[in-house]
Amino acid sequence: MLDLSLIWAGVIALGVLLYIVLDGFDLGIGILFTLFDDDHERNVMVNTIAPVWDGNETWLVLGGAGLFAAFPVVYAAALSALYLPLVLMLACLIFRGAAFELRGRARRSRHAWDLAFCGGSAGAAFFQGVVLGAWISGFPIVNREYAGGPFDWLTAFNLFVGLGVVLTYTVLGCGWLIYKTEGDMQRRLFKLMSPLIVVLLGAVAIVSAWTPLHSPQIAQRWFSTPNLFWFLPVPVVAVLAWFGTRIGVKREHPLLPFAMSLLLVFLGYSGLLISLWPNLVPPSLTIWQAAAPRESQAFALVGVAIVLPVILAYTAYAYWVFRGKVRPGDAGYH
Amino acid sequence: MSTSMSALDLARVQFAFSVTFHIVFPALTIGLASFLAVLEGLWLKTRNATYLQLFDFWVKIFAIAFGMGVVSGVVMSYQFGTNWSGFSNFAGPVTGPLLTYEVLTAFFLEAGFLGIMLFGRQKVGERAHFVATLMVAVGTLISTFWILASNSWMQTPQGYEIVDHRVVPVDWFKVIFNPSFPYRLAHMAIAAFICGSLVVAATGAWHLLKGRRDPAVRKMFTMGLGLLLVLAPVQALVGDAHGLNTREHQPAKIAAIEGLWETERGGTSLNLFGWPDMEAETTHYALKVPHLGSLILTHTWDGEIKGLKSFPREDRPNSTIVFWSFRIMVGLGLLMIAAGIAGFVLRRRGRLFDARWFHRLMVAMGPAGFVSLLAGWVTTEAGRQPWVVYGVMRTADAVSPLSAQQVSVSLALFVAVYFAVFGSGVYFLVRVLLAGPGTHPPEGGGVGDQTRTPSLDNRRAARG
Repeated sequence: MLDLSLIWAGVIALGVLLYIVLDGFDLGIGILFTLFDDDHERNVMVNTIAPVWDGNETWLVLGGAGLFAAFPVVYAAALSALYLPLVLMLACLIFRGAAFELRGRARRSRHAWDLAFCGGSAGAAFFQGVVLGAWISGFPIVNREYAGGPFDWLTAFNLFVGLGVVLTYTVLGCGWLIYKTEGDMQRRLFKLMSPLIVVLLGAVAIVSAWTPLHSPQIAQRWFSTPNLFWFLPVPVVAVLAWFGTRIGVKREHPLLPFAMSLLLVFLGYSGLLISLWPNLVPPSLTIWQAAAPRESQAFALVGVAIVLPVILAYTAYAYWVFRGKVRPGDAGYH
Repeated sequence: MSTSMSALDLARVQFAFSVTFHIVFPALTIGLASFLAVLEGLWLKTRNATYLQLFDFWVKIFAIAFGMGVVSGVVMSYQFGTNWSGFSNFAGPVTGPLLTYEVLTAFFLEAGFLGIMLFGRQKVGERAHFVATLMVAVGTLISTFWILASNSWMQTPQGYEIVDHRVVPVDWFKVIFNPSFPYRLAHMAIAAFICGSLVVAATGAWHLLKGRRDPAVRKMFTMGLGLLLVLAPVQALVGDAHGLNTREHQPAKIAAIEGLWETERGGTSLNLFGWPDMEAETTHYALKVPHLGSLILTHTWDGEIKGLKSFPREDRPNSTIVFWSFRIMVGLGLLMIAAGIAGFVLRRRGRLFDARWFHRLMVAMGPAGFVSLLAGWVTTEAGRQPWVVYGVMRTADAVSPLSAQQVSVSLALFVAVYFAVFGSGVYFLVRVLLAGPGTHPPEGGGVGDQTRTPSLDNRRAARG
């Protein structure tokens, strides 16, 4: 018998990773709006993601739906536990999503929609981070329902993780824009990348040190002897990513900074999965305890097995169609 | 108890509010997506530039409506968990996989090809662009399929067992093709096409009133009316069949819709109008037509329809609401049939583009599809109460363990955000509609302001 719960955990983990990477640079562009106030530049920024942002955001919906199908307990309990940050995150996404369509059409309210785009992106990133922090911290589930208070998520650690995610997305956005732009704009983005990545590494270091302090269970996972050796390369790879970015910036390589920021995200994300394993919700709800009936997991998994490769194929095709630099006046929202 | 009651009420208000805002946009995009595919297909076949001009115009409307639908839809996919954890825990094993299929087979398809449809005409060639448009249209219909399967299962559940206080699916074919599904799917899909046809016809009518008589305006007016002429009567037949199905599976809903309290022997009369009173268990000021109820709902002269009093008080849906929401839906439906026929007659007499009264009527009918659609959804959803899964789980047991304060904060936030954002969205949408398509057909390639032509140099650079 296949371990469907494990496969489903893998599918959702992949979906969330794709979301973080794809919508990450997407949201990062909104955050970077603060640093570029020229209208043409802002149009270029938005148009680098105009054809793909819808698809990017769909991975978030898949994450929710996948949890609902394969682990309904987690979907039900976690979403009530994280009620307010999730509601705020969704509100931010509404502003930002609408701004794509409306900022180009607005005349008098153009400024307000730019603000909605920027604030919505930053807010969505921040609350996603808060949700992530709260997830790592864990929450009590009794009788398949959340048994904590409405503001349990409001802790210093969770808020800091929120800032960390804002930074992560900013770096991803900066890397993406370096890849998609040219000339003066690209030069400024290159200049921005070096300090950004240093700040991000600092934030990652703080979160990495804080997490085990925060949770003895996670501390044990990381610092017991056989595990420790396996995890030793992690900081080494982080330093490599930093060097890679510096080289990319110095030589003005268009793709290297983005690739290095992706490497950092993979690293942080795998660290997160290692910390959580084998729980779906810490401290004690495992992947198998949270499973939906086998009939549900199997039925939905058939769809995933058949359709997901097709989705990846046409998503790749869409990115291929819109490859290359984006210039002022190119097809897109205006 | 009183606080948990009010959290429940607030959660219901929030769901009704957010789903009402949401459904308007998909209803428009389902119809428009197919309309766009038809327009582009006709353009490729006939090379008549008017079709391309219309495509370029309606694709702008589609883009705005689709964007609004996506962002309001993301909220929906999380709301089951945030506000209805009892339901998600219990019924998640059935509705979760259905939603997953919707995301996999519809949302990604639409989103993946939307970019090419909106911005890619100069990059992929005509045929590939047409395929992208088709994929978006197919995606909207697949989405309709899954969400209606899920909703219908909640109305007429089958193919499951209850094990350990939760639903376990045993036969997915029965789950999806549950008794009310075919009727509901057809009813909703046709409703969406009617919504689209009315908006298209109303836009044409508006510009006819403003004095335009160019081919684009005339074409959209006749296309919208043509679809309405065919679909409005078909919708009445489908609705009738749906009614018979509902009488079989949800008799309490039918009794509430008809404001019928007693089970009448030897032929049931129909309350044309009246005011059902849940407390007094009677319908005030009822205007009755003998035997008509039996005739409509059983297709026989003296068929029996159960009255509300044959159901325990706690199992009765609110008759006051569904009595009237149903009549709004049907009344507007009849008006649509009449409008379609009037358009046909005017066209035969060659006066379609001159009858100003008719143009005014059609402008007024522009939103009628949405009003009717919402009234229909209110009827079926309020009529399902007090159950969330009919006969299996009560709505009161479905709500999350949230405080009334939490739900009221989020409700207030959603109300503010929705009115600001979707209010603006509708404002811009209407502005584009009123501006109308350009007065001259595009030359050659076809360009709207959404798809500005990149220069050839850019294209080469992009390929290189």
